Amino acid sequence: MTTYLLQRLGALICLLSMVISPSSRAETERPIRVGSKIFTESFVLAEIIAQTIEDAGEVKVERRFGLGATGIVFESLKTGDIDIYPEYTGTIAEIFLKDQSLKTEAALNSKLQTLGLQADTPFGFNNTYALAIGREQALKLGIRTISDLLVHQDIRAGFTHEFLKRQDGLEALSRHYGLQLHNVVGMEHSLLYQSLADGKIDLVEVYSTDAKVAKYDLVVLEDDRHFFPNYKAVLFYRPSSLSRYPRTLQALKKLANSISGAQMIKLNAKVELDRASFAQAAAFQLDKAVEKKTFSLEAIGQRTVEHLFLVFVSLLLAIVVGLPLGYWATRTRWWGSALIAGIGILQTIPSLALLCFLVPVFGIGYLPAVIALFLYALLPIVRNTFLGFHQIDPRLIESARTLALEPWQMFRRVELPLASPSILAGIKISAVINVGTATLAAFIGAGGYGALVVTGLTLNDTNLILQGAIPSAILALLIHGLSEWLSKKLIPRGLQENA
Amino acid sequence: MIRFDQVSMNYGNREVLKAVSVNLQEGQTHVIWGTSGSGKTSFLRLLSGLMRPTSGSIFLKDQNINELSQTQLAQRIGYVIQEGGLFPHLTARENLELATLTRKWSKLETAKRIEELAALVQIDPKDLERFAKQLSGGQRQRVALIRALMLDPQIILLDEPLGALDPLVRADLQKELKRIFNTLKKTVVLVTHDIGEGAFFGHSITLFHQGRLVQHGDFNAFVRQPKNEFVSRFVSAQAPTPELLEAFR
Repeated sequence: MTTYLLQRLGALICLLSMVISPSSRAETERPIRVGSKIFTESFVLAEIIAQTIEDAGEVKVERRFGLGATGIVFESLKTGDIDIYPEYTGTIAEIFLKDQSLKTEAALNSKLQTLGLQADTPFGFNNTYALAIGREQALKLGIRTISDLLVHQDIRAGFTHEFLKRQDGLEALSRHYGLQLHNVVGMEHSLLYQSLADGKIDLVEVYSTDAKVAKYDLVVLEDDRHFFPNYKAVLFYRPSSLSRYPRTLQALKKLANSISGAQMIKLNAKVELDRASFAQAAAFQLDKAVEKKTFSLEAIGQRTVEHLFLVFVSLLLAIVVGLPLGYWATRTRWWGSALIAGIGILQTIPSLALLCFLVPVFGIGYLPAVIALFLYALLPIVRNTFLGFHQIDPRLIESARTLALEPWQMFRRVELPLASPSILAGIKISAVINVGTATLAAFIGAGGYGALVVTGLTLNDTNLILQGAIPSAILALLIHGLSEWLSKKLIPRGLQENA
Repeated sequence: MIRFDQVSMNYGNREVLKAVSVNLQEGQTHVIWGTSGSGKTSFLRLLSGLMRPTSGSIFLKDQNINELSQTQLAQRIGYVIQEGGLFPHLTARENLELATLTRKWSKLETAKRIEELAALVQIDPKDLERFAKQLSGGQRQRVALIRALMLDPQIILLDEPLGALDPLVRADLQKELKRIFNTLKKTVVLVTHDIGEGAFFGHSITLFHQGRLVQHGDFNAFVRQPKNEFVSRFVSAQAPTPELLEAFR
């Protein structure tokens, strides 16, 4: 016997300690971190902010775009994981401050001050929620205003999950108008229009500056009883992060009233219809020379490195923690079962939800993503380690005892090798699961292939989605192959299928 | 050599051995008989130190085994558990080497001992490079026997050594084992529920029933003077039927 799992494990632990640190680059000067939510307009405005800061030439910019749902982005700003991002006054008042009475900028800021935040510099347009309906259907049913829906309450409607849940969403709208829609489904925003075009739904929620209003030839229903509040796009930022850069601050203030509603629709259309990048759209608005950038191997390479880091660091942590836990579980009766049940419950939390839970505690980026992946990888490893030791034929243990082996020899020479096929199977399951789940890490700014997929989904750009999805699938296959090979190396020959 | 003095053994709240007293002579082969659950395997486990008696004492050459550590017991007693208990992840040779792990033998010493015993039990040294599942049932038992003999113990315990073998292999290995026992002149305790094996091997036979020692003596005594109804039933259970005897006539 020359190969023992434990010796290999020792080497893995050493590797882990080397691998876990390189993301913390020496911070000479902390860049300004610009965030964005996960829809075109937020990306474009964030890119405008980023380029404005870069053009001022005082400080570098780190783009942390596509941070997912509103809650994550706001939480990131509060904790300082990002310094600035574009937000809408209505969202700030109702979602963050939970106070609909805050109508003016001054009123907002008096509240935000206590949080060390500020919202100002309106871009110059109002992107409010609106309801829209296909033109043909609108003419047929004679619907022009939201009140007109009162006689067509069985209309098939599609709304985002956020609109269905938020206080100023569908529920409040229904109360305001005395409306009771019978056929409502919730879906991703980017799927709404496709479903409408496919004739699966008739009524959708739109943003008033959305490029797709024009593309799909929609009629925006008049808000005749003035339900929807003002959603003026503003800069939402931490004054403390920007105060050291007066020229930058000055340049940002100049963005005030620089984009009209019509211009914003045009910018959105540039990205979504003309397939321009966010950077190109932003450069167009800022009246700069446009740099052309398409498919980049370098970008995929960088995403690959990020993805591998996410997968392997979390996997190694899960191995280092999971193996001892699984072994310990076989030595105790109740605690072991309780432990495995507990980790099993963790596994049932949807991955996106788990990521969101971790954001308030760990911020956004690499750390919470690794922690989430670590938690997911834990169950297969702990359970299979437990089973591996548990299923050893008791007669073999007895046989070992008659040879008077020391406890350590017993573990190393008998128990561990006999349990190794099951343990390695658990590690293999975790590795493959992690490759897939790691794509979700993009929602909290941890990069990886998911960043390509998420951006692609937002832009409805199949090309970009595939640039993330295909390497991710290939990686899953490679990791499967790698673990098969490792199993061959580590599992004693006598326990292998075709020995 | 081996003396049980009023030994009782509880397993959970079940009494598996009840006040057993018996004396087994040195250098002889002793057969332990009994039906399933009669306590015969428990008898071996107590003797090997895997379990300790609830009450009573066990002596090896007048030394109470409670005073011996597991390592000291492993020195004196070689135990072949049911179906051999070879480790599937190790080759036969590696299984044998494991037996000398606590003794810190040199590679050469170990190899020499293996060679010596392979010759004794007549197994091809090439077969020792195979894994347990690549060996036949008879070969597995031979390897398991070598493993038990590695440290040259005074006592060999075998639990149903021929149980899982087909009749032809079984008959061959029976003769083999008897030859080996005679060569080694060790004290052997062999558990079986086979009457023929008892008659074939046993200088003495001990019959257990429901945890109690029912009769101890030689085969003749079991046939001529059975202690009770159970003993005669047990002894005659495997006797050839009249039809079989007729067929051989």
